[in-house]
Amino acid sequence: MQLVRRLAVASATALVLYGVGLWLQDGLIEYVQRIVLLAGINVILAVGLNLINGTTGQFSIGHAGFMAVGAYGAAFFGVKLAPLVQRLVGAGSVADAVTFNVALLVGAVLAGLAGLLVGAPSLRLRGDYLAVVTLGFGEIIRISFNNAHFLGAATGYFGDSPAGLPAYTSFFWVYAWAIAIVILIRNLTFSQTGRSLAAIREDEIAAEAMATPTTRLKVLAFSISAATAGIAGGLFAYMQSGIRPEDFRFDKSIDMIVMIIIGGLGSISGAIVGGVFVAVTLELMRDLQQYRLVLYALLLIIIMLVRPEGLLGSRELSEVIRARFRRRKSSPEAAK
Amino acid sequence: VSTLLQQILNGLSLGSIYALIALGYTMVYGILKLINFAHGEVFMIGAYAGYFAALALGVERYGAAGFPLYLAIVVLVIAMAAAALLGVTIELLAYRPVRSAPRLTPLITAIGVSLFLQNAAMLAFTPNPRPYPPILKEVRFELGGVIVTNVKLTIFVVAIALMVGLNWFIQRTWTGKAMRAVSTNMDAARLMGVDTDRIIRATFAVGSALAAAGGILFGLDQITINPLMGMLTGLKAFVAAVLGGIGNIRGAVLGGLLIGLAEQMTAGYLSPDYRDAITFVILIIILMLRPEGLLGVVRPEKV
Repeated sequence: MQLVRRLAVASATALVLYGVGLWLQDGLIEYVQRIVLLAGINVILAVGLNLINGTTGQFSIGHAGFMAVGAYGAAFFGVKLAPLVQRLVGAGSVADAVTFNVALLVGAVLAGLAGLLVGAPSLRLRGDYLAVVTLGFGEIIRISFNNAHFLGAATGYFGDSPAGLPAYTSFFWVYAWAIAIVILIRNLTFSQTGRSLAAIREDEIAAEAMATPTTRLKVLAFSISAATAGIAGGLFAYMQSGIRPEDFRFDKSIDMIVMIIIGGLGSISGAIVGGVFVAVTLELMRDLQQYRLVLYALLLIIIMLVRPEGLLGSRELSEVIRARFRRRKSSPEAAK
Repeated sequence: VSTLLQQILNGLSLGSIYALIALGYTMVYGILKLINFAHGEVFMIGAYAGYFAALALGVERYGAAGFPLYLAIVVLVIAMAAAALLGVTIELLAYRPVRSAPRLTPLITAIGVSLFLQNAAMLAFTPNPRPYPPILKEVRFELGGVIVTNVKLTIFVVAIALMVGLNWFIQRTWTGKAMRAVSTNMDAARLMGVDTDRIIRATFAVGSALAAAGGILFGLDQITINPLMGMLTGLKAFVAAVLGGIGNIRGAVLGGLLIGLAEQMTAGYLSPDYRDAITFVILIIILMLRPEGLLGVVRPEKV
C-alpha cells in the first residue's frame, strides 16, 4: 500500500511539474524562465551545502569548485554519450532524457569523489581547516580547467557541435531533481545519521565520546554535499550553450553561503528560501554588479553580529508556523 | 648550480614575505583560535597604504636619483601604522562582539570582513593592477653566476630584522609575555591581572603591521599590486603557518621560507602554471601526515 501511495504521489508530482513546465514555456518571457530555472538550481546548491555547513557545522567555502567538477563532468560525458544512446534507442526526447540524467549522475559522482579527496585529509581535523582547504581547492579547480585544453581552457567548453551544448535543462528536470534532492537530504537529516551529524555540530568531542564515528560521518556528509553541487553544476551547464571556468569563481561559493545563512544555518526550508532569494536579488541587482559583493559581505557580517542563526535558525518553516499557530490558539488573551 | 642558487635566493626572499604575513595568522590563531581570513586583505591594504604614502612623499620627483632611504623608512612606518589601525578596528567592530559565540560565527564574520575589504578596495582603488613606486632603486650585481638585486636582499634583510624584533618583543617585553600567557590560557591570564582585551588588541596591531611590511616588500618584489592579491598570498601565508605549526611563531617563519622555496622551485623546474598549486599540495600532505605542523606539539583537545 505504502509503495502504491508513494508511486501515485510521485507520478502526480511529475505530471504537475510537466504541466507547469509547459505553461512556463509558453506563458513567460525567456528572462523570467531563466530566473525560475536558476532558482531551482540554487535550491539544490543551498540544500546540499547546508548539509555540511549547517547540519554538520563544518564550513566549506569552495563549493563552486565541486559545482565546476559536476558541470564539466556532465557536459563532457554527455556530449560523448549522446551518439551512443541515440544509436541504441534512436534520436529523440527519450534519448535526450537518458543522456541528460546519466550525464548528471556522472557529474555528481565525479564531484562526490572530489569531495572525498578534499574532505578526507582535512575533516580529520577541526572544522576551520576545511574552510581553508576548500577555498584553495576551489581556486585550483578553476585554474586547472583554465589550463585543460581538451575542455576548451579559458574560452570554455561548448561540446563538439558548433551550436554548443544541447539545451537539455528544462523546468521539469530542474525541479524534479530539486525535489528529489530536498527529500533525500531531509530524510538523511532526520535519520539517525543526521542526528549524529547534528551532534558533531553541537559538540564534536562529546559526539566522539558517545562512539560517533565523527570523521567518517563528516566525510560522508561532505561528499554528499559535493555530489549535490555537482548535480546543480550539470543542470547549470546544459542551461546555456557552454561553460567557462569564470562561471565558477569564488563569488559563486559566496553566493551559496549567503543563501544558507540568510535562511538560517541548518534549516532545509531556510536553504530553499535563501536559494530563491539569491536568484531573484542577483537579477534585481544586475545594474549594481560591482556593489553586489560589498553588500553581500556587509550582509554576512551584520547577520553574524545581530542574528547569527539567520532568519529561521536551525528550525524548519513548518515548525515556526506551527509554533505561531499553537501560541495563538492557546492564549487568545496574549495575542491582543 | 647557479640556477639552483638563483632559485634558492628568489625563494628565500619570497618566503620571507610569506613568513611576515604568516606571523599575523599564527599570533591571532594562538590567542583566539580564529583563522583571521581578513589578514590577507590587511596585507593588501598595507601595500596600498605604502603606495599612496610614497606618492604623497613625491617619489616621482626623485626619478633616477632614487628615493632617499629615510623617506623609504617613513613609507614603511606609515603603512605599518595604517595597517595596525585597520587590524585593531576590525577586531573591535567585527570580532569582539562574536568572541564568545559558537565557533562558526567568528569564522563566517572573518570571511565577511575579508570579502568586504577586498571588494571595497576594488571600488576604491579600481581592480586594475598598479605599478609599485620605486621606493628602492634597483641595483643588479652578479655573484658567482647568480644575479643578485639589492631589492631581493633588502626584502630578506628587512623581513629578518622585523622577525628578530618580534622575537625580542614576544620574549622580553611585558606585553609580549602577556601575549604568551593569554595564548596559553586566557582565563588564567585574566585572573593574574592581564587585561586580555588590551593584549588581543596589541596582537592584532602587531600582526597587521607586519603584514603591511610584507605588503610593501611584495610590491617591490612583484612590481605591481592589485586589490585581489591578498587572497592567494594570504592563503599561502596561512599554509605556511600551518606547515610550521599554527600558533608557533618560529614555525611560521620556517613555514614561510619553506613555502617560498617550494614555490620558486616548482616554478623553476616544473612549470610556472603549478606554482600556486604546490602550496595546496603541501597543505594536504601536512594535514595528512603531521597536522600539528613541523614545530607544533600534539595537544589533545580538551572539554
